[in-house]
Amino acid sequence: MAYQMNFTPVLARAPELVEGTINTVFLSAQSIAIGVTIGLAIALIRVDGPKWAAAAGATYVEAFRNTPLLVQLFLIFFGLPYMGVRLSANTAAILAISLNLGAYSTEIFRAGLLAIPRTQIEAGLALGLSRLQVMRYVIIVPALRIIYPALTGQLTLTLLGSSMASAISATELTLAAAKIESQTFRSLETFLIAAAIYIALTFVFRAIYWLIGLWLFRRKAPPAPVLVPLLERQPEARI
Amino acid sequence: MPALRIEKLRKSYGALPVLKGIDLSVENGDVVAIIGRSGSGKSTMLRCINGLEPFQEGSIEVAGHRVEGSSSRLRELRKEVGMVFQGYNLFPHLNVADNITLAPRVVKGVPRAECDALVQQVLSRVGLEEKAGAYPDELSGGQQQRVAIARSLAMKPKVMLFDEVTSALDPELTGEVLKTIAELAEAGMTMVLVTHEMSFARRVATRTVFMHEGRVWEEGLSETFFSSPQTPELQSFIAPNLN
Ligand SMILES: Nc1ncnc2c1ncn2[C@@H]1O[C@H](COP(=O)(O)OP(=O)(O)OP(=O)(O)O)[C@@H](O)[C@H]1O
Ligand SMILES: [Mg+2]
Repeated sequence: MAYQMNFTPVLARAPELVEGTINTVFLSAQSIAIGVTIGLAIALIRVDGPKWAAAAGATYVEAFRNTPLLVQLFLIFFGLPYMGVRLSANTAAILAISLNLGAYSTEIFRAGLLAIPRTQIEAGLALGLSRLQVMRYVIIVPALRIIYPALTGQLTLTLLGSSMASAISATELTLAAAKIESQTFRSLETFLIAAAIYIALTFVFRAIYWLIGLWLFRRKAPPAPVLVPLLERQPEARI
Repeated sequence: MPALRIEKLRKSYGALPVLKGIDLSVENGDVVAIIGRSGSGKSTMLRCINGLEPFQEGSIEVAGHRVEGSSSRLRELRKEVGMVFQGYNLFPHLNVADNITLAPRVVKGVPRAECDALVQQVLSRVGLEEKAGAYPDELSGGQQQRVAIARSLAMKPKVMLFDEVTSALDPELTGEVLKTIAELAEAGMTMVLVTHEMSFARRVATRTVFMHEGRVWEEGLSETFFSSPQTPELQSFIAPNLN
């Protein structure tokens, strides 16, 4: 006897799914914005900062890349209160996911910065730019261009990984789905819908990365069809 | 006061001595060609002059600045000492106009409104007025090198350093770059150029310097330098180029 799929009880909870989706978008977007900023800053410090700061950055990266995101969420949400820092589940989720992405993206940004030939740096210095100005005006954009596919891939992992925040009851899509499932007992239908929403979200996010890439690398990037986001292309060999 | 004065310059990479006591003086408006075998220290000396490479002993004074001290003092010096590299080193993500105006804008604070005129002015000196909107990878090697020269000129340097700027170019493209440099010489720019182009050195440089084993081995006015080399090392170095 085949299982009879019935989406009706799940679809009746559409408002909760919509709310969960919106929460996931905000949780991910904020974590991505903060995480990428952390990653870029620490990468710059690791490449060109004072030794002690570079070492501190390396320690942070190793700590967060060698522990599970779930444990990081638990530590921040359940552990920090013992040190007098009590965060709401949503804030703890943003903090944990940002720090996790910050660690991974540090390594990605660093690879890009290190791939820029020394001669570019020297050309900038020889023109009278400071090291910081060389970073900002000469190196960052070509470096980003090299690592853009790797970075956006990491951001997709972050978007999907935000579902782990449900473990500390941060409001987001997976938590909403789990609640609906526990009340309708329609596990297959509920999580199929959740999965479909995640697929739709990744498409939307990737389209946004593609648009940002078009703007960042506006130096005549070849026109790409929107449905095959630029992220999937290999960067040209030369930068 | 000379545009460039190097005294007793010594530099080593770790245990490897590369410059073993260089003395060299360049007057305003002089064009000095540096020739010598690979590894004789020509690039190293040039890079010491604008502080890209630290040195251990001796002193360098260029365009009224001593090469020493903090990075902010070096930046003051580099504003007035241009450098053009063998590999052009244009910024690939910026078009020609932005390559040219980046340093004037962020280092000297030249307002955007004056940038168009600046771009046209320096591009006309290298004969590339119509390329302001092009990107580096849309240009030939010779054109890229001329843009690199224009980019240096945009800072209005008092002294320009050229490190084998035609060595990466096909023979048919070297001519246009050498012509640009010759015109700068004509216009009175003070220049130090490391080159393998003997006939060019002879024709354009007021003086030529032969570096050998980290020393200024022989130097002189270009005419007599090439026609009557004194040391056997220089004789054997230029012999293959004489015919
Ligand atoms: N960054 C460096 N580290 C260690 N040794 C170096 C470095 N740069 C140059 N050298 C060494 O210093 C010596 C002089 O090099 P330099 O590049 O100044 O020679 P050059 O006269 O410009 O030669 P070429 O005609 O090949 O350009 C060489 O023996 C070279 O191997
Ligand atoms: Mg050299």
